[in-house]
Formats: sequence, C-alpha cells, structure tokens
Amino acid sequence: MSAILAVENLEKTFGSLVAARDINVSIPAEQTVGVIGANGAGKTTFINMITGHLTPTKGTIRFEDRDITGKPSREITRLGISRSFQVAQVFPTLTVFENMCIAAAIARCRGPFGVLTTPLRSPAAIAEAEATLELFQIGLYRHTPANTLPQGIRKLLDIGMAVVGWPRLLLLDEPTSGISIEEKFGLMSVVMTALKSRKITVLFVEHDMEIVEKFADRVLAFYDGTVIADGAPDKTLADPRVQELITGVKLRPKGATHA
Amino acid sequence: MATRAYLVGALMFLIAAAAGPVLPDWVVSLATIAFANALVVLGLVVMWRAGLVSFGQALYYCVGAYTVALFARWTGFTDAIALVLLGGIAAGIVAVLVGFLLARYREIFFAMLSLALSMILYGVLVKTESLGSTDGFTVATPTILGFAPRGDALGRALYWLTLGVGAVCAVLIGAYFRSVAGALAAPIRDNEIRIEFLGVSASRIVHVKIFVAGVLGGLGGGLAALAIGHVDPNMAYWTTSGGFVFVTVLAGAGSIAAAFIGSLCFEAVRSFAVDAMPSLWQLTLGSALLLTILFLPDGLGSLLTRRRKSGEASS
Repeated sequence: MSAILAVENLEKTFGSLVAARDINVSIPAEQTVGVIGANGAGKTTFINMITGHLTPTKGTIRFEDRDITGKPSREITRLGISRSFQVAQVFPTLTVFENMCIAAAIARCRGPFGVLTTPLRSPAAIAEAEATLELFQIGLYRHTPANTLPQGIRKLLDIGMAVVGWPRLLLLDEPTSGISIEEKFGLMSVVMTALKSRKITVLFVEHDMEIVEKFADRVLAFYDGTVIADGAPDKTLADPRVQELITGVKLRPKGATHA
Repeated sequence: MATRAYLVGALMFLIAAAAGPVLPDWVVSLATIAFANALVVLGLVVMWRAGLVSFGQALYYCVGAYTVALFARWTGFTDAIALVLLGGIAAGIVAVLVGFLLARYREIFFAMLSLALSMILYGVLVKTESLGSTDGFTVATPTILGFAPRGDALGRALYWLTLGVGAVCAVLIGAYFRSVAGALAAPIRDNEIRIEFLGVSASRIVHVKIFVAGVLGGLGGGLAALAIGHVDPNMAYWTTSGGFVFVTVLAGAGSIAAAFIGSLCFEAVRSFAVDAMPSLWQLTLGSALLLTILFLPDGLGSLLTRRRKSGEASS
C-alpha cells in the first residue's frame, strides 16, 4: 500500500531549541492516526509543518508522492490537506450555513482569478454546504450565528469547513479540547463517521487516551520532539516508555474506567 | 431577492435619467456631483464590509480627476467617456501599486496609511507650479461621442454620463459582491487565519478590494473633474476623504443603492444648509450624522434592507 503521507528526517529548530527531530512516519491512505504526547512534545509543530504553517529546518514531507516541504499553507490546502484548529476557527458574525457556504465556494475556486469568477452561492456550493451540514449533524443550527453556538457545535462546524472541500488528508488539532467529558465521545463519533464516509486519512492530536484507543487505528507517541512509539493503539499505549513519559503508569490500570 | 433589487435599481435609474430634462439646472449639477461622489463611496463600501476604513480615498479621486484634466490638456483629446475611463484606469494602477503596501495593514494602521498616501499626493500637487499649485487649473470642455454640447446641454449630458457610469458600476459591483472575492468581506473582518487555511490569501483579497475601490474612486474623480470643469489639490486633501467617509456612514454599507441615495442626500443637505445658514452649515451636517449614528446605526440604506428583510419574513 503506498503512503498518502511520507515524512523523512523531519527537523525543526528555533535557534538552539529543537522542537522536532528525526521524525520518520509513513501513513497509508484512509488510516486514522492518533497523535499523543505531553505539552511541548512537538505534536503541534509536526502538524504545523505538514500544513505549511512552519517550514521544516531539515527533512522532507511528501503528500501523494509530491514534495510539499516548505510550501505555503494555501497551496497545501489546495493540494488536498486540510486542518481544523484547537480553538475553533470560524467566522463568528456569519451563520453556520454562511460559514459552510464560504468554505465550499472557496474550495470551488480554480485558477488565479477563480475568486472573482466563482459565485459564492452557486447551486453546487450550496448543495455541498448542505451535504456537509447534514454529514456533521449541525443542519439544525443552519441559521444560528457562529458566535452564539455551543462549543461542541462550533467544533463540528470548524471541522466541517475543513472537510467541505473534499480533502484527502485531514489534520485535527485537539478536536475535543474545551469539550466536556460527557460530550467528547458523541462529538468524536460524529466526526469519525463523517470522515470515514468520505474516505479521509486522519491525523488527530488528542490528550484523552480513551478517545485515542477507541478511534485510532494507529498511535504516534511524541516525546521531546520525536516519535518514541508508533503502532497499534493497544501496543503503543502499553509501551513502557509511553507510560512513563506520557500517559503515566499507575494512573490508568488496564480495565479501569474514567472516574 | 437579487432580481427585485435589480428591478428597483433599474427603475430608479430610469426615473433619474428621464427626470434630466425637466429638473432645474442647479439640481442637475448637484445630482451629477452627488452621483460622481457616490462612486467613491461605493468603493469605500467595498472595503467597509471587510472592516477596512480608508481615510485616503481622495487619493484615487484626485488621480482620476487630474488624469482627465491633464490628458485633455496635453493631447487635446476631449471625449468624456474615454477620459473618465482613463481616470478609472490610472487610479486603478495607483491602487494596485499602493495596494502592495496597504493590503498588509488593517484597522487604524490601514486608515492612517491611506490618509498619509493621499496627503503625499496633495503635497506634491501643491508644490507643482506647472499644474497651478493650490489653484489647480481648468479642465477643457469635453465632447461626448463627437457631440460638443455647451452650457445647460453639457450639464445634462454629463449628468446622463454620470448616471450611466454609475449604473454600470452598480451592476458590476453587484456581481462582485456575489463572487467569492466580494463575499470574503465579513470573513476578512472576522477571521483571516481561517481564510488562509481554506486556501485563499486574505491579503490578496484585500488587495483586490483596494483595486476595485481605487477604480471607482478614479471614475468618480474623473466625472467630478468634468462636471466642475476645474481640478485642484484639495481633491486629494484629507477633508475630501473625510467627506467620503461621512457619506459612507450616512449611507451605510448594506446596499449599493444606498451609496447613491446617501450621496444625493448629503449633497442636498449640504446645499440647503449652506444656503440657509452660511456660517453654521457644518453644524447641520454634524447633527445629521449624529442623528444617523444614533437612530440608524447601519445608515440610510438600512431603511431599504430592513423593509426587504421584514418582507421576506412575512412572505
């Protein structure tokens, strides 16, 4: 199986600080990968390098056999890599539908003058926006301004806006941050069902290990800027180094449920 | 909804055009200036919707006006339509150039930088003696498609020309507002990061807005130069820019028609105020603005859109 994303010897330094180093990862299409690690371990740096927000100091990133290292984020988005944000990034004064419609219309722009020649509310863009609202089950909020949405719905809108343009790879930066424990699983199953139905390869950063165990096919454990474990969730989470450095050994004995 | 707005706009245009021959001369000249200025205001509306306020729109107004005046003076070419188009093109070129700088700034920095640029032009013109310094110079009498109307007939011809240019611009800006580039206005004000990660450059979208507003400013300036028959550096002065911003607040950014109606109201109120109270006319205008902000925070145009919205809700 050929990899949709292949990262080799990736390194990012800020002056003398090494934020990421020796990252070698290859992700096959349609895999769902959980990214774990303590704060400052390099997870977001890794995501930011793939989406072009940061330029790697060393190494290469290949997406669908095309070198995308150091390309600007706009171009990378156009190639088919989308992302959502830890803090939902929506257009607060617009309604849910308007948010989605803008995202859908932008995805339909082609060429240097596409933004001028592509209508905002073309039937195709409206249909695409409606379909994505249904997919993420937020159609009920269609006419609600985004700044009055409950946190979970805003997250779904944020992810929906990243998905409406049919990306092949989606990076979710802490999709459940700021969401109450009761809502987390519901939110993640809506998101993951939606992404599966569109055959999107997913990388998601997550701190809740139960979520990771339930939704990831594979887990990347980051520590000190590099990947210390990579494999199936049960295997990676059982890794002694992962337990020592990230999840903690005694805090989560096997079989225990969340308090 | 869009078709209804077009029909109402077309009706307003036809009434204004048909009224030309029966209106008194002073109304025709007042309306010509008002509609020429409305184009500049329309440009401000384009940027206003994205949260950008330019206090230097007089730069494009003045570039348009001086282009018309200078081209006619140097070449002896006097066709009004071509001259006005040239004014728009020249201002558009200036807008693209200064846009490389301006598109990177927002909020007060954008406002002040645009103000500074217009004041540079003012300074240059004041110091240029060959262009009449502060006095400016007279614009050659224009011809229109080979006709050379004089006196009242010229005034009416320019009135119709201004209406025509205004109508074309209104239709084009309407189309622009429905495109992705035009619709990316509130989103620019709201969240540029999201725009970037959807795959579009926010500063390029702003650059386009600066260009569109610049062309509109140049067309307005060119028409005003022909209608007034004179250009001077005050066309680039900051109070001129401030006047356009004033009208934009008065009109509101909600609709295209509002720019024309607002501009007409402004010119009318100013004329009456100057006539009735020569020493206190600024006070009248200030009060009008204060009342607008207090009771119609979205401008006169909100009267149009509000009715349309309530009509939709009930139907």
